[in-house]
Amino acid sequence: MLKHLCRFLITTLVLGLALPAQAALKVLATTPDWASLLNELGGDKLNVYTATSPFQDVHRVDAKPSLVARARSADLVVATGADLEIGWLPVLLQDSGNPKIQPGSQGYFEAAPLVHLLEVPSAVDRAMGDIHPLGNPHVTLDAHNIAIIAKALSARLVLLDSANAAYYAARGEDFQKRWQAATVKWEAKAAPLRGVPVVVIHRDQSYLCNWLGLRDVASIEPKPGVPPSAGYLAELVTKLTAAPPKMILRNAYNDPKASDWLSQRIHVPVVLLPYTVGGTPEAKDLFGLFDDTINRLLAGAK
Amino acid sequence: MTKLTPLAGALLLICAAAEAAAQSTSDEVAALKAEIDALKTDYSSRVQALEARIKQLESAVAAQSAAAPASVAAAAGAPPPPAEAAPLPPPPPSYPAAPPPAGRSSNATAFNPAVSAILTGNYASLSEDPATYRIAGFIPPPGGEGPGNRSFNLDESELTMSSNVDPYFFANLTAAIQGDNTIDIEEAYFKTLGLSHGLTLKGGRFFSGIGYLNEIHSHNWDFADQPLVYQVFLGGQLGQDGAQLRWVAPTDTFIEIGAEAGSGRAFPGTQRNSNALASHALFVHVGGDVGDSTSWRTGLSWLDERASDRTYPDLDESGLPVIDAFSGTSRLWIVDGTLKWAPHGDPTYHQFKLQGEWMHRTENGQLAFDVTARDLNGGYRSEQSGWYLQAVYEFVQRWRVGLRYDSLSSGTPYLGLVSAGLLPLSDFPTLARASPERTTVMVDWSLSEFSRLRAQYALDDARARERDRQLLLQYIFSIGAHGAHKF
Repeated sequence: MLKHLCRFLITTLVLGLALPAQAALKVLATTPDWASLLNELGGDKLNVYTATSPFQDVHRVDAKPSLVARARSADLVVATGADLEIGWLPVLLQDSGNPKIQPGSQGYFEAAPLVHLLEVPSAVDRAMGDIHPLGNPHVTLDAHNIAIIAKALSARLVLLDSANAAYYAARGEDFQKRWQAATVKWEAKAAPLRGVPVVVIHRDQSYLCNWLGLRDVASIEPKPGVPPSAGYLAELVTKLTAAPPKMILRNAYNDPKASDWLSQRIHVPVVLLPYTVGGTPEAKDLFGLFDDTINRLLAGAK
Repeated sequence: MTKLTPLAGALLLICAAAEAAAQSTSDEVAALKAEIDALKTDYSSRVQALEARIKQLESAVAAQSAAAPASVAAAAGAPPPPAEAAPLPPPPPSYPAAPPPAGRSSNATAFNPAVSAILTGNYASLSEDPATYRIAGFIPPPGGEGPGNRSFNLDESELTMSSNVDPYFFANLTAAIQGDNTIDIEEAYFKTLGLSHGLTLKGGRFFSGIGYLNEIHSHNWDFADQPLVYQVFLGGQLGQDGAQLRWVAPTDTFIEIGAEAGSGRAFPGTQRNSNALASHALFVHVGGDVGDSTSWRTGLSWLDERASDRTYPDLDESGLPVIDAFSGTSRLWIVDGTLKWAPHGDPTYHQFKLQGEWMHRTENGQLAFDVTARDLNGGYRSEQSGWYLQAVYEFVQRWRVGLRYDSLSSGTPYLGLVSAGLLPLSDFPTLARASPERTTVMVDWSLSEFSRLRAQYALDDARARERDRQLLLQYIFSIGAHGAHKF
């Protein structure tokens, strides 16, 4: 029995080592947003796997066996950082046995530390809910952040795969041009949203509100990650009936119950936002995500 | 940007010097140039980001001084002035003031490990005296059996410290302070960080990778106590003092193979005065996804241990207490399977988890009867097995219900002393054939990721005769570093 097992072990090991190296750079992206950005910047030179679906709360994901398998073979991990993936990504990195993607090496890329983080708490205490000591990690929905992150990610791809440096540089430049133009267009289009009062569920629309000048007057979660109590909701209804917001923002991955309940009480529409690429049929890629988000907000603000 | 020029210049100079020194390595130089270019792009993007922020801050300051009253009013919660009325300058993003960076002088605490403490305790109402608890038909492990004491109990308080040691190693210490004021070192191990080729080497004391539940700490169990198979075959949980090598295959389906060698100090082995490695384990885990919503893992494990004079208390024919002892080999096979389902893989509101393990143990060797007085020795061989299956469902956010069924089959062991007619079977009441079983239901409520309250009720037919009705109310509180959990 043992002899057979050993033979199996050795055969598998030899076969494993002898597998031909894949031409394309293997990338594990934690969210569909980063996967979309990688497709923009790396095209067919990258083989991108997305760890989460648009309908998952990225903070509450299991370190699934399939993800360990992907981390094992990855050349690059692209994560949000700022503790967003803290409940599962460290397990993947540790169990992968893959030196390329360990934090601190070139194959580990975090987006959030590159941009200005909002809501950095001056003191942290779990009595405030599941707060992130480094600041709000939901950085994607500000177009300026994407531009900054894209630039650094392009540079990282060049470092990792210098054979295709020119290709990445050209794609990066092209993306920046198109993104810049789109940003100008979005900002012009979203001008009527400035100052519009909205209610959010979790504090994951902060960057969007900050960018477009929406005023988030209340949050359905009293504290990050803490579901609302009946008492808190009643208080919210009283407060919002006196000064009604224009809309309630709900992300595709949020349960509709709480926002629908509030909507019926205060007679304010719920606006469904994709939050991430794939969250709505229109949000096919990063451009679609921003187009659709602004279109839906404008429709809701009418 | 101007600050970059000297840096780039210096780098180029170094580059030129390198070229002069080694003409033949022009390839390397080209590669270096590409890297420098990449570095430049990286830096220039950071500088641009900084410039953008300076501009934003400048415009924010300008806008603030221009419209100070308005922003004060808005901050106070009053309705804002109609945005369309004023011809607006470019959007002034009003970043809340970030706290000033704390003193950046050298700080001895900056490298403190991640520290967390988990407090657990329970209230137990048991229909039978826990002091007489014994799983019928099985040689009892030292401690680790049964539902614990009655009334309020402080369960273990688990202290964990973990950190990367350097770029090559990660280390973890988990100490369980028991309610009776003793300390168990549950785990104290080092582990390589990305050894390459999917290999990870672990050493020290660690929970063995066999089975599914063995590696999981008690505060992450879905029930307040261990399945019966873990209690009788592994004495609760197998902690190895030794080394483990794991290899993850470079495939899209998760395939992991692991091997362990250890001192065999823990049950079913015993402490031995020997240089040999008395414990060996092999395991294979395979896992993957079915669609977006379902993921699974299954495994096969094998454990080989040596025991010498593994003593246990029993009663002789006349009902007087005796100490018997087993010496020999103990081999265990485990088949495990776990399946998790959540809508789109998001366990926030609903999750279903099905988990089961089957174990089969063969023990072969000598059994000594009444080691302190009569000390009779004879051959011993047993084939014993058992399984559990449990399902846990989160039916509404924060609330879960669970059902577990345990079953064991002791078989009838071969006893040399009995076959030879030296002793009657009634001198070994613990080993009398039995089929213990237990049914458990539980409900738990988690106010946040860090707290959990649980009620559990079990009909325990593990004893030879009486049925034990067990009610457990349990709390689990986690403080400190946010833990990351295995599947």
